[in-house]
Amino acid sequence: MTGESCGLFEYGHRACGGCAAAMAARTILDAAGKDTIIVSATGCMEVFSTPYPDTAWKVPWIHSLFENNSAVASGIVASLKKQGRKEKVIALGGDGATFDIGILCLSGAFERGHDFVYICYDNEAYMNTGIQRSGATPYDASTTTSPAGKCSMGNRRPKKDLPMILAAHGAPYVATASVAYLPDLKKKVEKALATEGPCYLQVHAPCCTGWGFEGEKTMAIGKLAIETGLWVNYEMEDGKVTRVKKVVRKPVEVYLKEQRRFRHLFKPKPNETEIAKIQAVADRNAERFGIDIKLKK
Amino acid sequence: MMEFMEGSHAVAHSVKHCRPEVIAAYPITPQTHIVEALAEMVANCHLDAEYITVESEFSALSACLGASAAGSRVYSATTSQGLALMFEVCFNCAGMRMPVVMSIVNRALGAPLSIWNDQQDSISLRDSGWLQFYAEDNQEAADLHYLAYKVAEDRNVLLPAFVCFDGFILSHTYEPVDMLTQEQVDSYLPKYTPVQRLDSADPISFGLFASPEYYMEFRYQIDQAVKGAAKTIASAGREFGEMFGRDYGDLVESYRLEDADCAIVAMGSICGTVKDAIDEMRKDNKKVGLLRLRSFRPFPHKEVRAALSGVNCVAVLDKNVSLGTKGAVALEVRDALYGQQVPVLDYIIALGGRDVRKKDIRAVVDMAGQGKGDLFYGLRQELVS
Ligand SMILES: Cc1ncc(C[n+]2csc(CCOP(=O)(O)OP(=O)(O)O)c2C)c(N)n1
Ligand code: SF4
Ligand SMILES: [Mg+2]
Repeated sequence: MTGESCGLFEYGHRACGGCAAAMAARTILDAAGKDTIIVSATGCMEVFSTPYPDTAWKVPWIHSLFENNSAVASGIVASLKKQGRKEKVIALGGDGATFDIGILCLSGAFERGHDFVYICYDNEAYMNTGIQRSGATPYDASTTTSPAGKCSMGNRRPKKDLPMILAAHGAPYVATASVAYLPDLKKKVEKALATEGPCYLQVHAPCCTGWGFEGEKTMAIGKLAIETGLWVNYEMEDGKVTRVKKVVRKPVEVYLKEQRRFRHLFKPKPNETEIAKIQAVADRNAERFGIDIKLKK
Repeated sequence: MMEFMEGSHAVAHSVKHCRPEVIAAYPITPQTHIVEALAEMVANCHLDAEYITVESEFSALSACLGASAAGSRVYSATTSQGLALMFEVCFNCAGMRMPVVMSIVNRALGAPLSIWNDQQDSISLRDSGWLQFYAEDNQEAADLHYLAYKVAEDRNVLLPAFVCFDGFILSHTYEPVDMLTQEQVDSYLPKYTPVQRLDSADPISFGLFASPEYYMEFRYQIDQAVKGAAKTIASAGREFGEMFGRDYGDLVESYRLEDADCAIVAMGSICGTVKDAIDEMRKDNKKVGLLRLRSFRPFPHKEVRAALSGVNCVAVLDKNVSLGTKGAVALEVRDALYGQQVPVLDYIIALGGRDVRKKDIRAVVDMAGQGKGDLFYGLRQELVS
């Protein structure tokens, strides 16, 4: 864990046991502290944390719609500026809110340069509505709208490269993180908050319910994503990659076979062709970010 | 002070006098002159506001919602397609009880694309929980903004408000307008103090998830607040009248109705033409009067009933249509007169900017006299048969 928790996101939330999004919320508030205003998008995190009349948030918090958290945050930042107030503003959204339906507001807010941090907890599908694909769903994952079937191997498209899109907006700080490395996440949140201008964090948040694994394996699954190169933790400052997490890479099967969403790749027997395509995704990531630790012979 | 001004500029000046702290808007014809004028005021330090140049109307109202929640007085303006794009946020602002004030420069909705005036845009948001005021002329369009903030921010109301005025017909027309001074407005409209706001010193959550055990009571309370706003409008409108000589305490205006046989009911700039036509008809001994609705939400049921109690026929001019049934104003007027014998006839008129003249008003009154109504007035038959 991340040491002393100041308990700003605590009791009373109703997430599944082992929910990475809930862990991320806790760590984000640990890093941000009490002088923070949170703007949530509709999605699992919003729904499980605020069943009226309860709320898990002990900082000022607002939810408006699925796709407008960046625009609501823009308004809050402008209002605080006008009032001379110093609170930090964090917009939180799932991958659906961020990659898909909210990208207009997100792009607008980044282009305008508001001083806020956008954090996407990326569980790689629309979980709140029952595991439908999003622009963040990885290649071949089976979801309820990209089901594997006789004529389909699941999701047909690779994950959208949103961090690069936001870096191209001129965002001063863009980083990826994972709940499998909470101290690293905490540091990145602190860094983003300390950086002036719009910053973006994308946090890998394995979802036991949607991906199909036991709740106690959340951290292990998150680690495997990184160790296979299917998720890369990196930081970009002013458009340049400045730090990456290096690993001794494992083959992608070790990650895939732990999850129900990839089960069809192994039944009745491993589908070598499809698995090779996913391995190629990891290889490209490794090359692009230079994550491989070269072992001494 | 009397000034000869374009409608949009009169509105921009009265908005400036209201001292909005955050403005977020997106250009669209015929609203554009307002947001350009405000941008210029900010650029020249004549208005000390944060002006957010959003990428869409959807974001404009979302940003206003956020700024309002953070404790600022906010302003936006839009019309037609822009308002349609805000649909979701409109319901949200009302549900979260954010006193956002927005000018609606009324315009038709596509398809087919039309930039010209009717009132389909704001009428289509009638169920959203926003107060809706309709101005007859530029003086009223300017004044209603002061009233709108005063009412919207009242602790007994806390609702967002549209100030509606007809696109081009008012927005792009020069008329003499009595502009109040900043000191006058300051003495009428106090600085905004939010009841609740996003504040780390007193953290609260806005916009929670309500289960069926809680949802209906929220809706009930919004409904009560919209209805109850009538009282606040009355007192704030009277106060305005006492201070500046123009009384907006009544939700309706009656024109030559006392002895009328036939009453026209309408909203907005068309009422100017109607009044002129009535004066002519009166000379011909036709006893016609006008009931003008200044407030459509709350809907003035009692006032409509009282004002129309003596007439033999009611002709409603609707610059909108609820496709498949009738115009929205006629439906409400019928509801207000439920149980009375007087026929209420509906005329869908002036959609998409079609011109209306005094002769058209006379024709409507003639048709109403013959019991002919519930129709689109002035159709070019050769195009539809
Ligand atoms: C405009 C709109 N469209 C659709 C929905 C339904 N909806 C609510 S949450 C959601 C998916 C959320 O997905 P994501 O952002 O990834 O968050 P998650 O639930 O996975 O945490 C959808 C489709 C909605 N609330 N609003
Ligand atoms: S479905 Fe997934 S993201 Fe949603 S609460 Fe459960 S574990 Fe968390
Ligand atoms: Mg998701």
